[in-house]
Amino acid sequence: MNSPTTSGIVAGRLSEQQLADNFSDLHAPLDPHEASVAADRCYFCHDAPCVTACPTDIDIPLFIRQIATGQPEGAAKTILSQNILGGMCARVCPTETLCEQACVREEAEGKPVIIGQLQRFATDTLMAQGIHPFAREDSTGKRVAVVGAGPSGLACAHRLAMRGHDVVIYEASTKAGGLNEFGIAAYKSTDDFAAKEVDWLLKIGGITIETGKALGQGLNLSDLTSEFDAVFLSIGLGGVNDLAASGAEKIGVTDAVDFISLLRQTDDLKTLPIGRNVVVIGGGMTAVDAAVQSKLLGAENVTIAYRRGRDRMAASEFEQDLATTKGVRILYNLQPVAFHGNGSVVEVEFEYTADTPNGLQGTGETMRIPADQVFKAIGQTLETSEQLKIERGKIAVTGAGRTSVDDVWAGGDCALGGEDLTVTAVAEGRDAAEDIHQTLMGKA
Amino acid sequence: MADLTTNFLGITSPNPFWLASAPPTDKEYNVRRAFEAGWGGVVWKTLGSEGPPIVNVNGPRYGAIYGADRRLLGLNNIELITDRPLETNLEEMARVKADYPDRALIASIMVPCEEEAWKAILPRVAETNADGIELNFGCPHGMSERGMGAAVGQVPEYIEMVTRWCKKYYDRPVIVKLTPNITDVRYPARAAKNGGADAVSLINTISSITSVNLDNFSPEPSIDGKGSHGGYCGPAVKPIAMNMVAEIARDPETHGLPISGIGGVTTWRDAAEFMSLGAGNVQVCTAAMTYGFKIVQEMITGLSEWMDKKGYTSTSDFIGQAVPNVTDWQYLNLNYIAKAKIDQDACIKCGRCYIACEDTSHQAIWMKEGRVFEVNDAECVACNLCVDVCPIEGCITMERMPAGATDPRTGQTVQEEYANWTMHPNNPSSQAAE
Repeated sequence: MNSPTTSGIVAGRLSEQQLADNFSDLHAPLDPHEASVAADRCYFCHDAPCVTACPTDIDIPLFIRQIATGQPEGAAKTILSQNILGGMCARVCPTETLCEQACVREEAEGKPVIIGQLQRFATDTLMAQGIHPFAREDSTGKRVAVVGAGPSGLACAHRLAMRGHDVVIYEASTKAGGLNEFGIAAYKSTDDFAAKEVDWLLKIGGITIETGKALGQGLNLSDLTSEFDAVFLSIGLGGVNDLAASGAEKIGVTDAVDFISLLRQTDDLKTLPIGRNVVVIGGGMTAVDAAVQSKLLGAENVTIAYRRGRDRMAASEFEQDLATTKGVRILYNLQPVAFHGNGSVVEVEFEYTADTPNGLQGTGETMRIPADQVFKAIGQTLETSEQLKIERGKIAVTGAGRTSVDDVWAGGDCALGGEDLTVTAVAEGRDAAEDIHQTLMGKA
Repeated sequence: MADLTTNFLGITSPNPFWLASAPPTDKEYNVRRAFEAGWGGVVWKTLGSEGPPIVNVNGPRYGAIYGADRRLLGLNNIELITDRPLETNLEEMARVKADYPDRALIASIMVPCEEEAWKAILPRVAETNADGIELNFGCPHGMSERGMGAAVGQVPEYIEMVTRWCKKYYDRPVIVKLTPNITDVRYPARAAKNGGADAVSLINTISSITSVNLDNFSPEPSIDGKGSHGGYCGPAVKPIAMNMVAEIARDPETHGLPISGIGGVTTWRDAAEFMSLGAGNVQVCTAAMTYGFKIVQEMITGLSEWMDKKGYTSTSDFIGQAVPNVTDWQYLNLNYIAKAKIDQDACIKCGRCYIACEDTSHQAIWMKEGRVFEVNDAECVACNLCVDVCPIEGCITMERMPAGATDPRTGQTVQEEYANWTMHPNNPSSQAAE
């Protein structure tokens, strides 16, 4: 039996029960009483700041009032009509920097209405009844290809199907869902929710998914544009950034996204190996997700090393607090310079940094942290060989996701603009779908 | 701590908080608990004539309406008078009064509108050594259909007649409890006074249906799919009750008639308000039924501390102080001109003042860049709606314009002197009077 102090990268550091507890829902779902109490706190603000803060413009005061008046299903329709992945967004949205930060009760009492959890209450209630509240409009006879079955692609496909178009989604991996399925911390999406949500979404009809297909993997853009009336690209960021540090090829140094994906697809967490001393390099949500889950798997020491100061960290304050509460140590102003070890990594050498008017600079002083496993979480990159205009590493778009190529739209993380959030991806997919619809129907 | 000892009709009690005649005062066990908790007095649950007691329904007796977080705002009931034998109640009352001589104990009575019935019960009640009686002319349900309760309270002549009988056969204070289910409460109050009543108490409950079950379309509380109008009480009825108390307090015919104020008293502040409108004490039911008897402790300390702050040493110092300020609309000062003012530091930017004013009132609030809400004095009529819908107490206030200033809404100079509708040029009668 292994324990947190067993050296090396090993499986089964914690008991089955401990693992089950650790990977249960981060926030337990609200029961009807809790939802009712929470909903009663909403002031039904005029032109509510929470709505303005929501990338998908969900009418939050309305859906909360619907919960308060005993209509959670109606609340869910209000949510889903703006954000078809409202169920997942309720789980993964950084609400503390979006709607809940804007809530006037945050200003009044430092305690916002728990909008995210109320949204989950509403959407879970509806989905538990197996109800899909939307129907397709009359068929237009138009066909649209969506490349990538992540949040943006799914949102786009659903809206297009609703408008009467037929949609084929091409997905590179074996499952739809994108980062919802492969890239979100397990405790944010328990009970196979991502897959269930996709199944529920597809009940609209008119959408087929072909897996194992991607641009450069059996597909190319010119074929798609000739076969379909329009194409929506939601291919995400397939590549990962490289570290400048030496020794990054050593055994035990891997990409955080692969670890998160592996963890999400593992049936039995007891079989998943994790290091005793884990170091995560990066400062975003992925870094936090990898670090927290390492700790939850039983790693003894988990350290996030971020090259800038706390104020620049992309992970929200809530995420940082979550990490430290779970026992993760966060170190700032450290950049990796070398991975040491004979074959396998045993130590990471960092140089202290300082933010100067000339940018981030190393101070020359170094330190070492023991590590038998290192996760790189320093950002992902767009991978495409298509002749699309690229700007700042992403597909350039104008308006509602129009690319430089006729009849081709793009949205989600691969497209320029907006934060790389599930909710932003959904908004871009939805808006592109409406623009495609207008264009195909000759109204734009 | 100010002394709360209150003298009402010569009956002293350690504080002005009495429990109203209702379920909490139905039997010895409850009343003893109430006195132990600190209540100044109780009006025992209404007694009926000797003989087989009435029966109650065996399903729900209460219905409710709620505010946010299921806070009980209004309760209604279809319970009748005591369903226990008269003798049992009388024995218990005598025992409790003997053990708590410093507390007020009043017997509520409802018997048929026949002199013999009152003549029979009053000596029995007197034997308990109760401090007085309260005539239940108020209950809107159950008993009224049998010619009692509100059925009597709605006919001033009956009130006067029965009160007269009571004064004839009973030598302690007689309080007449009035029903609000009438159009003008002054008539029954005058009748009570004419009959010799020592005091009136009001209000009894208001006829009501609290809700309807939308599955079987039965009013609530539902008894086997049917409902009956019940008596409504609780915080929601306080404004109605206070107006009725004030109407009696300022009516020249009943001015000075002692009043026991009832209707939604939940906190010390409610009690102080009722008493300032002329009530010599208050009676409480729903607050106790919602929170238990301990709630009186907040009322006692709150009232006492408020009195200390104000320098009052006795409840009589402030009883009735608001009565002279209750007037008719036509005497309100039309030269009093105010404007809403929003405290930007206190504002949490919910925008409720804006939308209330914009959609339903005078378009007198601007919503500026960055959700800054400001009052447009040129449109503001000082209606107070913004104050009422603002979730932050004190954030929006009504500021009086000084005399000599120009009201940007009317372009007219604010006048120093008082002027009301009776003097206004738009009032045809005012010109006729000249």
